[in-house]
Amino acid sequence: MALLEVRDLKTRFYTDDGVVQAVNGVSWEVEEGETLAIVGESGCGKTVSVLSILRLIPQPPGKIESGEVLFEDRDLMKLKDDEMRSIRGNKMAMVFQDPMTSLNPVLTINQQISEALTLHLGMNNKEARERTAELLKLVQIPQAEDRLDDYPHQFSGGMRQRAMIAMALSCNPQILIADEPTTALDVTIQAQIIELVKQLRDEIGMAIIWITHDLGIVAGIADRVAVMYAGFIIESAAVKELYANPRHPYTLGLLGSVPRLDMKKKEKLTPIFGVPPDLIELPVGCPFAPRCGYRIERCAERPELIAVAPGHEMACWVDITKERKQ
Amino acid sequence: MGSENNVLLEVKNLKMYFPIKRGVFQRRVGDVKAVDDVSFFVRRGETFGLVGESGSGKTTVGRCILQLYRPTGGEVIFEGEELTTMKGQKLRSMRREMQMIFQDPYASLNPRMTVGSIIGEPLEVHGISKGKAKRERVQELLKVVGLNPYFVNRYPHEFSGGQRQRIGVARALALNPSFIVADEPISALDVSIQAQIINMLEDLQAELGLTFLFIAHDLSVVRHISDRIAVMYLGKIFEIADKDELYKNPLQPYTQSLLSAVPIPDPVVEETRQRIILVGDLPSSANPPDGCNFVTRCPVKMDICEEQEPEFKEVSSDHWAACWRVN
Repeated sequence: MALLEVRDLKTRFYTDDGVVQAVNGVSWEVEEGETLAIVGESGCGKTVSVLSILRLIPQPPGKIESGEVLFEDRDLMKLKDDEMRSIRGNKMAMVFQDPMTSLNPVLTINQQISEALTLHLGMNNKEARERTAELLKLVQIPQAEDRLDDYPHQFSGGMRQRAMIAMALSCNPQILIADEPTTALDVTIQAQIIELVKQLRDEIGMAIIWITHDLGIVAGIADRVAVMYAGFIIESAAVKELYANPRHPYTLGLLGSVPRLDMKKKEKLTPIFGVPPDLIELPVGCPFAPRCGYRIERCAERPELIAVAPGHEMACWVDITKERKQ
Repeated sequence: MGSENNVLLEVKNLKMYFPIKRGVFQRRVGDVKAVDDVSFFVRRGETFGLVGESGSGKTTVGRCILQLYRPTGGEVIFEGEELTTMKGQKLRSMRREMQMIFQDPYASLNPRMTVGSIIGEPLEVHGISKGKAKRERVQELLKVVGLNPYFVNRYPHEFSGGQRQRIGVARALALNPSFIVADEPISALDVSIQAQIINMLEDLQAELGLTFLFIAHDLSVVRHISDRIAVMYLGKIFEIADKDELYKNPLQPYTQSLLSAVPIPDPVVEETRQRIILVGDLPSSANPPDGCNFVTRCPVKMDICEEQEPEFKEVSSDHWAACWRVN
């Protein structure tokens, strides 16, 4: 049985302008020790879907309309608030995108990391402080003991993200959710952080849900990939299968939109035309149809995710492998 | 360097120091050496890529070329004219030839101006056209960047990020410049939109014979769009080469680690890829290390690197580097 299973998750936001259909019936699962990457562009619902799982959606205006999130034989959606709190930051922890804004500027690094340790593991201040120093060493912050009483502004961007990871790992979570953890960082620092997370994954053996828009990062870290568009998962597969054999026109379009550093000779990029749909007025049929070069009449109906190969699902009426050969 | 007559722009020993002031009397206590002795040239019709991480000084170089900052030292020679000492009307008329596309399409368009007046403003300022002629030129420019000409009376908030960036490009093209500084023009955009803008810039260059200085942090994009690439670090240029030469034969250790740090969207390639992971962070440009600026993070540093700065010189034809290992 999967470690975490999400079934038919729907999240909406009731705003003055209308109902934003942010997540529209998303299902996926993560096995123990597995790294699942959720890929998509801004506004595709990738962050909202994991925030919904952790029940961190502000309500109102947000509302989780339906869905089950099964973790350790329990449905997280049905837990009481205090039961949920005992899971959040403990068995499931999250690293946020922007390390500059997600640390509290008026608390020391030690105070912020120790909080989870005293709260979830019942440590006293001294124990928590020692464990915090160990954690900072684990995420390779130099002279960790001397940095415990520093404030976040005394850390560089890369070090803050390391501190965030240390905080997330403090209670030995089974699932680490990383929401674009390297987007705000420079490329050499990004490489450091990715390397660190890979090492920690191999040492600790936690499952990772990695949210990103960067197909390069996904290729290096994920076991499985789910591609999201307009609040739907439109394709999911094992990482090698997805890159070798993309089946949804949007996935294909994304892969054609990014230049590769190791390209042999220069080829023109093949962009996706148009812009993603307004989530208040979603198209009735396939959400990608207005931008899709493979569109047929049937796309006015919404396609369901279907299996096209073992472990490979996609939601499209057209078999693009046949179309591309023509 | 750059004695050839097809050189459009030459930058010689450019320095831009920003003073650090302290205390009641605002005494100058030091300098942020944002750009420190940088030299390169750009050939007519080429795209010259300038890569570096945040704080490397790449944006400052672009702004110094356009004289948006007046450099602390050095020369900027554009079409044979020295710009750093040029003033007033003469400089203004040179600016017609040099335009800029900015990074953030949400911040670089005035929200209270219509698209028509944003794109038409340079035409009016430079006394090129007014009234109907201006309106027609604006509509033509909108068509050139792939927008509907009927959008002239709309405001920036009615457009998506990609469309706004197109408006920024139209504004830059309004005066028919020969040279455009594109400062991270796509990094605020989504992946699928980035490719649209890259292709548009390439098409415009082919049609209008433009020369680009393309500033970016994403090496994959820079390699795709540029002819030659310069790598910047902490106010210095470490290496300049043809894009394929730079990729295949990087000489400077920072270039090597930067190339190895860029993720490649192919899981089969990523599986076997060896990375050079740099330790630590970029030092502060108010207090750069002695010797080579990369010495604090360099995996192959030698004793001399801490004492003396390596000379930036041509190692092989059209390939410059600054490193004691290669010199």
